[in-house]
Amino acid sequence: MANYFLTILTFSPLLGVLLLAFVPKSLPGTIKALGTLATLVPLVLALMLYANFNSAAEGLQLVQQWNWINIPVGDQAIPINFEVGIDGLSMPLLVLTTVIATISALAALTVNKRWKEFYILFLIVEMGMLGVFTSANLFQFFIFFEFTIIPMFFMMGIWGYKDREKASMKFLLYNGVGSAIMLIVFVALFILMGTLNMEEIKQLLTSPMSPRNVPDMQGFIPESLRLGLFLALLAAFAIKIPIVPFHTWMLKAYQEAHPAVIMISSGVLIKIGGYALIRMNAAFFPEWMEQLSTLIAVLGVINILYGAVLALVQDELKLMLAYSSVSHMGIVLLGLAAMNAEGFQGAIFQMVSHGLIAALMFYIVALIHERTGTSNIRELGGLAKSMPIISGILLTAMMASAGLPGMSGFISEFMSFVGLFGTKPIIAAIGALGIILTAVYLLRATLGATFGPIQQKHESLSDAQAIEVVPMVVLLSLVILIGIYPAVLSEPLQTTLQNIVPRIGG
Amino acid sequence: MNGASKWGNLAQYDWTVMSPEFTILGVATLLSLLDLVMNKNSDRRILAWIGFIGILIAGYFVVQNTGQNVVSILNDMYRLDGFANAFKLIFLVGVAFVFLISISYVDEKQNVKHSGEYYYLMLMALLGAMLMASSADLITLFVGLELLSIASYIMVGTRKNHIQSNESAFKYVVSGGIASAVTLYGMSFIYGLTGSTNLYIMAERLSNVFQNGFDFLVYLSFFLMLVGLAFKISAVPYHMWAPDVYQGAPTPITAFLSVVSKAAGFAIILRIFLIIFGNLVNLDMTNGQQSSVLVDTLGLYIAIVAGASMIIGNTLAMRQVNIKRMMAYSGIAQAGYLLVPFATLTVLMFEQTIFYLVAYLLANMGAFAIIMLVNRDRQTEDVKSFAGLYHRAPWMAIAMTFFLLSLAGLPISAGFFGKFYIFMSTIVHSSYWLAGIMLATSVVSYFYYFSVIRQMYMRPGQTEAPLKVPFTIAAVVLVALAGTIAVGIMPDPVLQYIHHNFPLQQMFQASGQ
Repeated sequence: MANYFLTILTFSPLLGVLLLAFVPKSLPGTIKALGTLATLVPLVLALMLYANFNSAAEGLQLVQQWNWINIPVGDQAIPINFEVGIDGLSMPLLVLTTVIATISALAALTVNKRWKEFYILFLIVEMGMLGVFTSANLFQFFIFFEFTIIPMFFMMGIWGYKDREKASMKFLLYNGVGSAIMLIVFVALFILMGTLNMEEIKQLLTSPMSPRNVPDMQGFIPESLRLGLFLALLAAFAIKIPIVPFHTWMLKAYQEAHPAVIMISSGVLIKIGGYALIRMNAAFFPEWMEQLSTLIAVLGVINILYGAVLALVQDELKLMLAYSSVSHMGIVLLGLAAMNAEGFQGAIFQMVSHGLIAALMFYIVALIHERTGTSNIRELGGLAKSMPIISGILLTAMMASAGLPGMSGFISEFMSFVGLFGTKPIIAAIGALGIILTAVYLLRATLGATFGPIQQKHESLSDAQAIEVVPMVVLLSLVILIGIYPAVLSEPLQTTLQNIVPRIGG
Repeated sequence: MNGASKWGNLAQYDWTVMSPEFTILGVATLLSLLDLVMNKNSDRRILAWIGFIGILIAGYFVVQNTGQNVVSILNDMYRLDGFANAFKLIFLVGVAFVFLISISYVDEKQNVKHSGEYYYLMLMALLGAMLMASSADLITLFVGLELLSIASYIMVGTRKNHIQSNESAFKYVVSGGIASAVTLYGMSFIYGLTGSTNLYIMAERLSNVFQNGFDFLVYLSFFLMLVGLAFKISAVPYHMWAPDVYQGAPTPITAFLSVVSKAAGFAIILRIFLIIFGNLVNLDMTNGQQSSVLVDTLGLYIAIVAGASMIIGNTLAMRQVNIKRMMAYSGIAQAGYLLVPFATLTVLMFEQTIFYLVAYLLANMGAFAIIMLVNRDRQTEDVKSFAGLYHRAPWMAIAMTFFLLSLAGLPISAGFFGKFYIFMSTIVHSSYWLAGIMLATSVVSYFYYFSVIRQMYMRPGQTEAPLKVPFTIAAVVLVALAGTIAVGIMPDPVLQYIHHNFPLQQMFQASGQ
């Protein structure tokens, strides 16, 4: 494959944007078809990438680099490059992005106004997400990161439910604070290291030969500064993940936004936080990651239990899923806090697995909401009678989410906890309580919605149509595939993990 | 020539370098004469086009002048260097935009009764601004400042039958007069200490004076000048006039004040402070070490002014319902960002300032063109006048979105890289508190910039009728939009151009003649 591959993949959604720009507004059918088909381009490219990925190679693959900006300083210039590259960590997330994007595009068929704008923004967000995962430098990472936020603001604010404008403003301001903190750290690293390339920064900060690590050498970076940068990055990504108490933007957003938008956000966007924690916090500052792993583990446990307990009392399915997301992202933190290969692997598995399951569940809730006009379990019940397929898949998805063996949720939770029990057994034991709660709240919600007496007005509702079954089946089969054959995910990860893990804990 | 000419020394100067100024002066004179002889009822838009062409010609001369060696005329009364050229280009482009906006704004029957004077006054203001950038003598600098100010006072009040316009012109005159007095008072101290108005001679003598027990007077004069000149850039503590004046002034004049007048303020501030105070040193008697007064002592105060401007501008902007007042507060905050390179004084100081000014010029001019159009159409200056703009004029709404993103410093826009660029110097300088204020207030600014965006896309307007966009406005918006996006994606050509054509060190080369 040529080196252009990743660049083309990153910008491939723009092809759809370009085509859509020429379709007149009055043809919603064409716009929807084109918008959905356009997401297939990156999907196919990402699958090709998966097929050709070299699992044995160390470091970044398919690297491409261009000189982009040169900041002149006296007679010299500090370059900022445009550089792309992937490794075992970003590749699965890249594939996840394209899968979720296509499925969400199908879910977006229920968008009821301004289709053209919706799909254009949607494709720009997809480009932003792909760009975040292919970026090999921080400047580019930041720009693509913003590319996901600003169109998301529009998508939440224009399409959605009653209180959507407030939700979108909250989303913007929370994420604005996060990216502001991120920018401080990036610029500080740029000034201190003289480069924005993530691999070079990692080398400079961790290699024992580097002058940055030898006291009394010029350019030495004291521990206090490292700690400051580490904590600032943690805070920035805490908003994205989100770590309690920075999660409130998510509750509002999940309640008010269009389901397709939430699927993107829950499926991919919040994973950027976890991805960046590994890419930056763990890679740049392994000692502090190690020393503060207890803190991260505690934050993770708080996320798990807080999310689970609150999910237990929600009647609104969307809110229940939002809290469930908080809870499940806690497991990612636990995996990272384990500071060993199992834990990291578990964390990455959990990101992919939760991405798939969350998207699936939001899709199902959207289907139910579309038919019944509500997603409150007090007003639902007995749906298994009128829509057996949807209810069946909902039940399966809930089981996957609760970590039933044979599904992806089991593998990821299992590995995260095995990792954490190896290093911090007490915290792991407390966190494991969350798994029980997870099963309880998920069953409560599923039973409430699909079992019991059915309301009369819901009796004659139609079940899922073929086009609605496809996304559910695709997501579910991926969940099961990872569950029974985890090697699809773990194999490309191995080399990358061996590259990261010895540094931490080492 | 050896004085062979009867003009003596005067003939030895290379007067051709002043051709941009002569062009503007000539065109302004021509316009005032034409205005006299023209029929009272004839269309005066032709004057605007003549003026516009004059600006383009002057711009051509400035481009011809760039890259030259320093030329000094009359003992630095007039000075051509990289610094001057950079600012002159910004002024000329800014005024060219304002002319284009004005052409569809000025309407003899409705608002501006004497549109001839509107145009030549603006050219005189431009001439004043160009002098402010191109002189190294307090006398000429001050003459330039007053030329710009007095012309601006009249322009603000040019809607004679509009009560708000009158009020704001009066406020502008009074506060401007006080600011000038404070500036002059500050200048008088260093003049008294050094006995010269030439900046280089002052700088030379001042270090001696400073070390001989007059440091208090030097500081006093610094603070007085800083406060007085803060008026022109509408920075704290002299920012209170801006909202009232911006609101009352005709919208194109508001655009002029917010970009050209502000850039001229930066030109004079940088020129005076860098040259006069640039080589003052503090001697530490205990270990004999020297430290620069401007970097180590005064820089902190400039940083405080910058930080306070960001905080006050951005927080008060949130509460505004009038879009022009909102832009005034936004301008106060932007002045704060623009002061950051000066406060931190890294090697990139000048390039950062010019780059950000370019980004700010494009975004603000584009935004004001659309504001003028929308406000005039809806007959109100309320932010709500933007409601539903996307459905009425989608391209205008999209362009406005990019301008606001650029002002907010978000990708992908010239303003983002400008802010990133400025931001670097706070970290180099280890002013983490300033970095923190800068980013925290940027997030605050999302709130009001995006509230306009929200109106445009998410609120239904009172009418769905397509908005008619005059050709000149469309041209301004198109150029500003293309510039904002192109510089945002590819900042490199602009960076290289600034670096190679406007060398700052030329400013410190004392006159060759």
